[in-house]
Amino acid sequence: MRVSLFVTCLVDQLWSSVGASTVAVLRRVGCEVEFDDRQTCCGQPAFNTGYRDEARQVAQRFIRIFEESKADAIVSPSGSCTAMVHHFPELFSGDAEWAERARALAARTHELSSFLVRVLKVEDVGASWSGKLTWHDACHGLRDLNVKSEPRALIRNVRGAEFVELENAEACCGFGGTFSVKYPEISVAILDQKIEAIERSGVQAVVSGDASCLMQIGGRLSRNGSKVRAMHLAELLASRTTDL
Amino acid sequence: MNHLSSETFGENAKAALADTQLRGALRHATSLFGKRRLEAARNLNNWEDLRSRARAIKDEVLLNLDRYLETFVANAENRGAVVHWATDGAEANAIICKLARDRGARTIVKSKSMTTEETHLNTALEAAGMQVVETDLGEYIIQLAHETPSHIIAPAIHKTKGQVAELFTSTLGMQPTDDIAQLTSTARATLRDRFAAADVGISGVNFGVSETGTIVIVENEGNIRLTTSLPRIHIAVMGIEKVIPQFADLDVFLKLLPRSGTGQRLTTYQSFITGTKRNADDEGPEELHIVILDNGRSRMLAHPVTRQSLACIRCGACLNACPVYQQIGGHAYGSVYPGPIGAVITPQLIGLEKTKQLPYASSLCGACREVCPVKIDIPRLLLHLRSEITAQKEGSGAEGLAFKMWARVMMSPKLYNMGSMAARLIQKVMPLSKAWTAGRDLRPVESQSFRKLWKTKLSHE
Repeated sequence: MRVSLFVTCLVDQLWSSVGASTVAVLRRVGCEVEFDDRQTCCGQPAFNTGYRDEARQVAQRFIRIFEESKADAIVSPSGSCTAMVHHFPELFSGDAEWAERARALAARTHELSSFLVRVLKVEDVGASWSGKLTWHDACHGLRDLNVKSEPRALIRNVRGAEFVELENAEACCGFGGTFSVKYPEISVAILDQKIEAIERSGVQAVVSGDASCLMQIGGRLSRNGSKVRAMHLAELLASRTTDL
Repeated sequence: MNHLSSETFGENAKAALADTQLRGALRHATSLFGKRRLEAARNLNNWEDLRSRARAIKDEVLLNLDRYLETFVANAENRGAVVHWATDGAEANAIICKLARDRGARTIVKSKSMTTEETHLNTALEAAGMQVVETDLGEYIIQLAHETPSHIIAPAIHKTKGQVAELFTSTLGMQPTDDIAQLTSTARATLRDRFAAADVGISGVNFGVSETGTIVIVENEGNIRLTTSLPRIHIAVMGIEKVIPQFADLDVFLKLLPRSGTGQRLTTYQSFITGTKRNADDEGPEELHIVILDNGRSRMLAHPVTRQSLACIRCGACLNACPVYQQIGGHAYGSVYPGPIGAVITPQLIGLEKTKQLPYASSLCGACREVCPVKIDIPRLLLHLRSEITAQKEGSGAEGLAFKMWARVMMSPKLYNMGSMAARLIQKVMPLSKAWTAGRDLRPVESQSFRKLWKTKLSHE
């Protein structure tokens, strides 16, 4: 299957190894991966902050670029950015032509874990990682895309990894895009509940499907001097620890 | 920690975060409500179906609100009720003050009503020289403390048992105790006398049944039953959106409301009031007045996106589920209606001018939408309001300019690459945003961007 990678601007600019891991996992399960380097952002920061004209402009560009792709699917290592693409039709609700183009594109766009499990029907990607870990349900993947069982199925098949459920796994980490800097104190107060639960679980790593949430969680873990690592699902699935 | 303004939301929130008693009380109460709601919802095998049906009923009502209201009014008047229409809060208060004054009322008992909080009725009645006593335990606590409710259904949720005990000791002359039974019996004894002395009882309305003209009110303490039956005059205040078509619809709403609010299968009391008493020796008030309030609601009704805000049945589930509310409580919002639904309806009720921060007081996590018994898409409404706020801004402002620049960069791969190079440099030499780094470390930027990695390595593999 041919896959066009929507890497997200955050991963592209700040955490490129998540992108590389995504490519590695997709190739391992037999996908042919293409990357159109004209892509930038999906428009979510502007949309979520209330700047719809700017969001529309960037979204139209996104649609034009990915429409050209002959790939069978567009796959992204982010529930939040994928959810944004799924919100495109609403962004163009006053414009029938663009709304239709947005709908068609959204139908081809998938978050990584749901693409692997729902589309490719793969639950074991041949990964191995040694240690105890848990999963944080990032909000947009969970509530906008209904991604819940897919990452868990994938994680349970990682050899050497001991999976434990996180207490209140579905609770928000407090990131919320510009919310995290508009109201940093509230954002961190919410985050601290998450951090407490992670520390109580006794894991070596907390895994999630969004780089944004992981920067939030990881930023606090690092500030606290914690030994727990914030890891992207793609990194875990790409991992092949040799000593197992 | 009270009577705060929405304009200072950020500051209010910071103060709330520093209040450890408040945060302890909130953590306990919101998680308990949340757990009970979930259990109660799971105990029904058709929860999702009920939610969809409730929303469908509300949507139908909102599309034909004029017709349902007319029928409701005609039926209520046929049974002896007197209906008054109020365009705004001031008009509602004036109607109620006049009704009470004309009848020589001195003491008024009230049952919990968010709608009368919205109109600030107590202040108006007191200014007119009347004594007003709140009879819901939580509201009574708040009234004694000269505060406002911090939750839609649990007005004193922010108070600990110890704080209530101190309050009762200082205001009611109670012997110091932290025994809950003794606290409630002290309140009950005081309130019973007030019920006996009251000339007028004022209540809210949960549902107005169009086909019968019945008003339905649910509660747990029995104070609403007393408020609406003991005094000679009962005045009920309801928003225009409270009407439902038929009695049978209550099957849906009376399953959803208590379960979503407190996790109960049924509230202890549900009062169905249809007009006044039929015979002179029947029980109940001699006069029933229903004040139907608009106060900005028809503005919400007019817009296809915001209309769903009026489907709200005021259960408070979204407050309990909201990570922001869980941390800061209700007072910080500086609005009568706090939490996610408060952030949606307050700006629509009183205008965006003073409430600009409220739609941004959310991480958009969607927990509110998930628990809403009438499936209100609160995040979508918050996003809509945010777009209205940016559209109304005079000039662009720093944020507006930043997003204009952002869009320019995102529209051009060339600028994007250049811009991000700059961003990476900035991030390496100094914290990009103090707001971020005050509580969190920045993730060290990796040595190359993905696109570079792709070009130099990955695409050749």
